[in-house]
Amino acid sequence: MAAFVLQKLASKVLRHNPAPFCVATKLRSFSEQKAQWTNERIDEVVKKDKVVVFMKGIPEQPMCGFSNVVVQILGMHGVDVYGNYNVLEDEGLRQGVKEYSSWPTIPQVYIGGEFLGGCDIMMQMHQNGELIEELQKVGIRSLLLDKAEEDKKNS
Amino acid sequence: MSGYTVEYIQEKLKKELNPIHLEVVDLSDGCGAKFSVLVVSEKFEGKPLLAQHRMVNGCLDEEMKKIHALTIKTMKPTQWEKQNTT
Repeated sequence: MAAFVLQKLASKVLRHNPAPFCVATKLRSFSEQKAQWTNERIDEVVKKDKVVVFMKGIPEQPMCGFSNVVVQILGMHGVDVYGNYNVLEDEGLRQGVKEYSSWPTIPQVYIGGEFLGGCDIMMQMHQNGELIEELQKVGIRSLLLDKAEEDKKNS
Repeated sequence: MSGYTVEYIQEKLKKELNPIHLEVVDLSDGCGAKFSVLVVSEKFEGKPLLAQHRMVNGCLDEEMKKIHALTIKTMKPTQWEKQNTT
């Protein structure tokens, strides 16, 4: 089983060619899945990274349109590295995170340890500029701010 | 197939949120599996977006177990008027 997983990971790495540390991250999250997803454990997980996404699939290959929207929006703001957890690989996590946030659907986005919302809220906050502020609060400068400044210079 | 109709969802949201404007669309060709809702209500006044969405989800708590996906857009009456005048 372990060998098979390693093989699968290796083929993914080769295909997408991400940075090598991804392998370590994936292996760690795999072993974590053995334990139960209590509220305390989810609490730890959402506070571990500035931005955390519970989604269907992985950022390189979302398995649901709504999860894909979240990945694309974060990408537009230059947020490419964040904690991400694939609920399709872990039914316990899928249910656990819904109970943790009292939110009925996946994807779920957490910034600075706080539940921000799902796909619709991300979209609305992206459109009205609030997402830029939320990222700023945890010390992430949105790429869209740089773009706006560049446009100003050029015009 | 959830068996829920657009009319059913509309009634439920109307009763609890008293919206001044409401749009409910079935995105699953009448199967009741995917809905999109736009709710404009005074009850959203002074509440952050997440709280507004939670109110909508709360109304459809029981139904969400059967509905696969619900797209929510919420607005306060002032936001709705602003959008309609521009």
